[in-house]
Order: sequence, then structure tokens, then C-alpha cells
Amino acid sequence: MAVLEIDGDTAPVAPVAKRRKLGGLFLCAVAWILLIGLAAVFAAVLPIASPTDMDMLGKRALPSAEHLLGTDSLGRDILSRLIYGARVSLTVGLLSSVIGVTIGGALGMLAGYFRGRLETFTVGGVDVLLAFPPLVFLLAVLAYLGQTVLNITLVIGVLSIPAFTRVARAVTLSLTEREFVVAARALGATHSRILLRELLPNVSLPLVAFFLLGVAVTIVVEGALSFLGLGVPPPAPSWGSMIAEGRESLDIAPWLAFLPAGTMFITVLAFNIVGDTLRALTDPRPGAL
Amino acid sequence: MARFFGRRLLYLLPVLLAVSLLTFLIASLLPGDLAYAILGDQATPEKLAALRAKMGLDLPIWQRYLHWLWGVLQGDLGRSFRTGELVLNAVLDRLPVSIELMIMAEVMGLMIGIPLAILCAVKSGSAIDRFFTGFAFANLSLPSYMVAILLIFLFAVQFNWLPATGWVPFSEDPVGNLRSFVLPALTLAFAEWPALMRVLRSDMIATLQEDYIAMAKAKGLRPARILLVHALKPSSLTLVTITGINIGRLIGGALIVETIFALPGIGRLLVGAIYARDFIILQGVVLFVAAGFVIVNFIVDMLYGVLDPRIRHGRA
Repeated sequence: MAVLEIDGDTAPVAPVAKRRKLGGLFLCAVAWILLIGLAAVFAAVLPIASPTDMDMLGKRALPSAEHLLGTDSLGRDILSRLIYGARVSLTVGLLSSVIGVTIGGALGMLAGYFRGRLETFTVGGVDVLLAFPPLVFLLAVLAYLGQTVLNITLVIGVLSIPAFTRVARAVTLSLTEREFVVAARALGATHSRILLRELLPNVSLPLVAFFLLGVAVTIVVEGALSFLGLGVPPPAPSWGSMIAEGRESLDIAPWLAFLPAGTMFITVLAFNIVGDTLRALTDPRPGAL
Repeated sequence: MARFFGRRLLYLLPVLLAVSLLTFLIASLLPGDLAYAILGDQATPEKLAALRAKMGLDLPIWQRYLHWLWGVLQGDLGRSFRTGELVLNAVLDRLPVSIELMIMAEVMGLMIGIPLAILCAVKSGSAIDRFFTGFAFANLSLPSYMVAILLIFLFAVQFNWLPATGWVPFSEDPVGNLRSFVLPALTLAFAEWPALMRVLRSDMIATLQEDYIAMAKAKGLRPARILLVHALKPSSLTLVTITGINIGRLIGGALIVETIFALPGIGRLLVGAIYARDFIILQGVVLFVAAGFVIVNFIVDMLYGVLDPRIRHGRA
């Protein structure tokens, strides 16, 4: 219910009140991301079963001391598969968003600051890339390139560039006419100094918020690829492929699909909550500054 | 109006050309080449050379592009090397299914989104408003494949009300056809309504503060009439915008949903072509979908111009 408070673009709440109220849910989201992140990083040293060892005698077992969340239809430990699946989702989610925010952010800032032909060219390129329905583009490119974690990360990263370019350009455009930039220019600051010392700190906050929302979207997209069987190749566990496998036994063991789906939902929601909260706080509307 | 139309049209052509070039270039990412992919295990240097010469793969890339583009302009998207089916026929056969699915999804999305938006706008700040706004926000984190699994579990597995798979043509069994579309369309509608409701809600909260709404109330008009006619009308542009933005996601969603529910639409054709490594079909479908997407966006742009004169005159 407290979700409304972080819903910045619709809730007409004063920024101060917003900051005070976002507490609980925001912290829960951050805690969940840290928990999942740490589990994924230290998966190899955690005392859990192997994610790929099959136990044909213990198929679809209920939770026990040996398998805390039970086993799937091939007798593999679900908890372990969830944690190793988090590795794939978070790696792809974070790395491709890093690609997007770095290249897109730089392009957007340059386009917004220098204007002219560079801007025309960038905006045109962005428009062409956005002319493809993203999932169709992604599937097509991966079909030709081959489905590996590296390719998936790179292609999703390239696809996320336009969105970041747009955000960075819009923020930069609104800032370049502001007093502090004009003052820096009047004092004889070089272009690179204005871009890096004056503009970058102001552009980076909205970009970080957008980065977190980007991670959420990317996790969903990676899940879609794995769900279709066109993502990370088996037997490597991935949340999307776990949902797809669980779907086969929806009538006898529905939790096989609902456990990975729930984990993924909470993770995506957590990134959305944190990103949306930051976005609301750094909203570059005149009143909010 | 004609000038506005002409200017947008001048912009449409280069974008379409760039889309065709990009589609063509994606295909050249294939390790080895198409001849290699077609022959597979049976590839010998002689066979490869013969097939390359036959398909024109030994020509420089710009010649191949122009040749391909010339064919596309005449409606020749090539022929599947697996089934021998003409790509254009394959696409046109499956197009009605995808369009029926998307229209049903959009209608359902509007049917859920608009009433909820009005309800929340009228009761803004109340517990009901907070519940549905929170629900919409959470729903944005729920991808279509999860919704599909949930709906299949509830309606097909638990209660056995609706079929999870099994499409029948409309001409054979209209009721069965519509029944097979309910769950897929509902799945897509679940991805549609949150964005729609969020924007429409904040739009209407602003509209309800306007003087002419107070005027309408003072005249003693019925609340239903005020809400549905006076308050909803100015938001029609917002609805068109949101629908336009949603199309890309709708196409991506349709691709997944058609695969899950075994609907023989364009999305299933594309995914099937990837599974079968049928690159000619893949290339044709990608071009068709991307070009269609660009043209639909162009039509949405035109609609803005019709609905809002400020955009037509370049002041918005």
C-alpha cells in the first residue's frame, strides 16, 4: 500500500514529505537486491547442492533438510538453481545496462551539449534503432550471432543505448542554459571541463535512477529469452528456463514454476522500487530542483 | 494538414530504408554464410561454391542489398529453404491471428485501465486509489510469461474453464476461436493496463480541477456524464500516445504469448524460424514486422496531428 509514496510522477506530494515516507519499502528493496547479489557472487562457496546434479529417485521432492526448497522435475536442487540463475540474470542485467548507460549517456551528453550535426546524427540513429520492436530485434540478432551469455549481454546493451541517450540528452539540454554552466563558460572553462565537472554530476543522478529501471527491464528480457529456450543454453540454470520447465508440471507441482517466477518478480520489483524512488528524488522538473 | 503529412512522410522513407538496410546487415552477422547454414553437414567446398553462385552470395554486399531490396519492393521476400513456402504467403497467412490477438488485448487493456483510472482519479488519495496505484506499479514488474503461467494455472488447470492451447479458425468454430483467444489476450492486457491507468489517472486528476468541470457540476449534470464526456475527452490524446508507445511492447509480448498458447501468428512464425534456423523466413518476418511497426507509428503520429492542432503547426 505504501507503494504510492514512491510513485513520483503521479503523487502530488511535496519532495520533503516524500523523502521522509519512502523508508520501509525502499529499504526492503535494497536489502533484497543485496541478498540476491551476495548469494549470486558467493554461490560457489555457499553450502548448497550442485545446480546441475540430477537425482532421478527424488524428482519434485518437497522441501527437506537436504533440499531446502525441494527439487525440480529432474531431481535438481531448486534453491541452488535459483541462486545460480540469479548469477545469469544479474550479470546480464547489470553489464548490459552498464554498456547502455556508458555509451548512451556519453552520446546523449555530447549531443545535448554540442548540438548541431552531431545531435541530428545521434537522434537519427536512435530513431532507427527504436524503429525495431526490441524483442524482435534481439531475437533476430541472437539467432544469427548464436546464444551465449556474452552475445546476449552485448546485444541487450546495444539495444538499451537509445533510451539512455534520450534521457542524457534531455537533461543536458535543460542544464546547458543554466547559470552555473554559463558562468563556467564565461570564466573560460574548456568544453571537457564543463562536460565532466559541471554537467556530469547533474546528469549522472537521473541516469543512475534510469540505470536501475534498465536493470529491471533487462532481467525481464533475459528471462523471456530463456523462457523461449533462446537464452543461456542448458543445463546452466536461469530463472526464465526454470519457469518454462515448471510450466510442464503445472498440474502436479505448480510451485516448480511459481518459485522462480516469484523470485524473479520480487527482484524486478525491487529494482523498479529503488529506481523509481531515485527518479522521483532527482526529477529534473523546475520545481523539484 | 497536407504540409504536416508531407513532412512526416519525408521522414518515414529514410527510416524505412534504414530499417531495410539494418535487417539486411543483421543477416550478414551469420558466422560462415547462408550457403553454409543451408547445406549444414553436407557442405563440401564445391557444393558451397555452387550454391553461393546460385544465390548470388559471391557478389559484393551492396549489390546483394540492392538486389534483395528490389525483390522486396515487388513483394518478393524470398522462399523458405526448409519448407519451400513463400515468405510473403507465410506472413500473410498468420497476420490475421496476430492482429485479432492484439486488438482483443488492447480492448481488454482499455476495459480494465479506463474504469480503474476514473475510479482512482475521483477517489484520489483514498485507500482504493492507493491500492490500485500500488497494484499497477507491481504489475509493471510482472512479465507476460509469468502472467500467462498464472492464468493457465488458474483458468485452465484449476478450474478448467478455458483452453490453454488449441487454436481453431474463426470460420470453423467462431465461439471456440474466441475462447482460445481469451487467455492470450488477457495475458497481454495485463501488460497494457498499468501504464495506461497510471498516465490516464494523473491526467484526469489535473482535468478534474479545471473550471469547466466545476461549471458542469454547477449546471447539475449527472456525475457519470461529467466523468465520461467532459473529463475523459481531453485525455483522448494521451490514450492515443500510450497506445502508440505500447505497440512495440505489444508486438514483443504477442511473440511470447503466441508461443506459449500455440497460436499460429507472426510471433510464432518468427520463433519457429529461429528454432528451425530458417534464416530466409526470419529475415522476411523481421523486415515485415519492423516496417509494419514504423508505419503504425507513423499513423499514430498522424492521429496526433488530427487530434491536436498545436502539433500540426509544430508548437507542441
